[in-house]
Amino acid sequence: MANLLDVVDIEVAYGPIKAVKRISFYVRAGELVTIIGANGAGKTSTLNAIMGLEPLAHGSIRYKGADLGKIPVEKRAVLGMGVSPEGRRIFGDLTVRENLIAGGITLSSSLCLDRIESVVGRFPILAERIQQTAGTLSGGEQQMLAIARALMIAPEFLILDEPSLGLAPKIVSQVFELIHQLNQEGMTVLLVEQNVRKSLAIADRAYVMELGNIVREGSAEDMSSDQKIHESYLGAA
Amino acid sequence: MEQLIQFAISALSLGGTYALLALGLATVFGLLGFLNFAHGDLMTICGYSIYFLLAAGVSFFIAAPIAILVAGLAAVLMERIAFRPLRGRSPMSLLITSFAISLALHVCFQIFISPKSKPIPIPDVFSGYLTFGEVYVSKAQIISIIVSILALILLSAFMTKTRIGIALRASASDFTVARAMGIKANQMIMLAFAISGVLAGIAAVMWIAQRGAVSPAMGQGPMIKALIAVIIGGLSHPRGALYGGFILGTLEAIFLYILPDSWVLYRDAMVLVILISFLMVRPNGIVAPSTEPMR
Repeated sequence: MANLLDVVDIEVAYGPIKAVKRISFYVRAGELVTIIGANGAGKTSTLNAIMGLEPLAHGSIRYKGADLGKIPVEKRAVLGMGVSPEGRRIFGDLTVRENLIAGGITLSSSLCLDRIESVVGRFPILAERIQQTAGTLSGGEQQMLAIARALMIAPEFLILDEPSLGLAPKIVSQVFELIHQLNQEGMTVLLVEQNVRKSLAIADRAYVMELGNIVREGSAEDMSSDQKIHESYLGAA
Repeated sequence: MEQLIQFAISALSLGGTYALLALGLATVFGLLGFLNFAHGDLMTICGYSIYFLLAAGVSFFIAAPIAILVAGLAAVLMERIAFRPLRGRSPMSLLITSFAISLALHVCFQIFISPKSKPIPIPDVFSGYLTFGEVYVSKAQIISIIVSILALILLSAFMTKTRIGIALRASASDFTVARAMGIKANQMIMLAFAISGVLAGIAAVMWIAQRGAVSPAMGQGPMIKALIAVIIGGLSHPRGALYGGFILGTLEAIFLYILPDSWVLYRDAMVLVILISFLMVRPNGIVAPSTEPMR
């Protein structure tokens, strides 16, 4: 099967500091792949490179066979790539509804309204707050909104950066349940997380990043039973 | 009583003009993080457009809207020619570039048009006074209030009711994420400049209608006022520019009324002293920023 995303030998550098050191990985259509690792391992830099927000110092990224290096950030949405960035980064001054409209800006206006209906159907809490200013939502609600905004384009490929960061445990479970459900419905997901246990529980495959390198890769199942992963990321078992 | 009404009219009329200019500055700042010092020169461009259109025999009421569009177009060209090549540089480079543009335009006006001010014949609608019992109010001021309020309502409708307006606000909120959603950066920046130019044009027409002349330095005074307005209002949100504009207009009107004639000369100085004291208490302005602008 052809890969949806092929990341080949990429390097991301901030001046002399190499945040990502020539890593390669792939995501097949329909998979849920997770990249796990501690703070500063280069996970977000990797995602930013995929989104076109960081220039590549080396290597290439191909999405459905097309070279993403030549495609501006703005075109990602048209290609079916949706993103929920680290730290949620909702448009705080805009209402929930306006956030969703901005998320669906590449759609026709009638389709955009239909999509708001269907996305909000998935998140009843957002339906209640549709006219509320997004900045006044709770952290969990903002995270839901960030995911909902990414879902506006009904993406084929959903990129989620630390969706559970800073959320209450109960909300964290809801978020993971939602991601699992989206993947079950056929959406390809690339999930970057620090919550290793929950990520491995829903993922097909996983990559472990450390200091800009991929140090482990394999099926999520193998990893969750791996002693070393347990010691490094899940606390002593 | 009549004094109070006259005072309110002056405050609103000045405040409205400052608010239009300040909003233009804030719109561009929201996306690119710099204050465009050439903003006032867009007013001057609008003024000279009216001057030349009138000289060509066009009626004022056709010349004014055309000149406003010219100001919008000039703003877009300014971005395309001078600011776009510097995209991604620090806001400081853009700021300094805007100084250069302002100077260059100023010199061009002096060389190619005239260093002296040129008279602009104003239609009768703008001259004279309306009387309400004992109260005399200048027609130009009333028209200026109506026009600026209409412009503000239209702008607000555009920003909240249209998809492109929402996209522009999303870009001002977080440009990087907005682009990842598929909002086109170039389109948004052009739109922001076009809006700022049109607002400066409207302010210019109001300014000229009350003064009947255009000179190379016409835009500088109001530009400095708009700058003060955005700084007291706070740059993080367009609301700040709006408040700042009206507060500044009100302060100026207050001093105009309470100062004895021999002191009126010091009005601006006094307004500035008040603003400096205000900024010592609230350095981020009235509407304090929640996040740094993204680029």
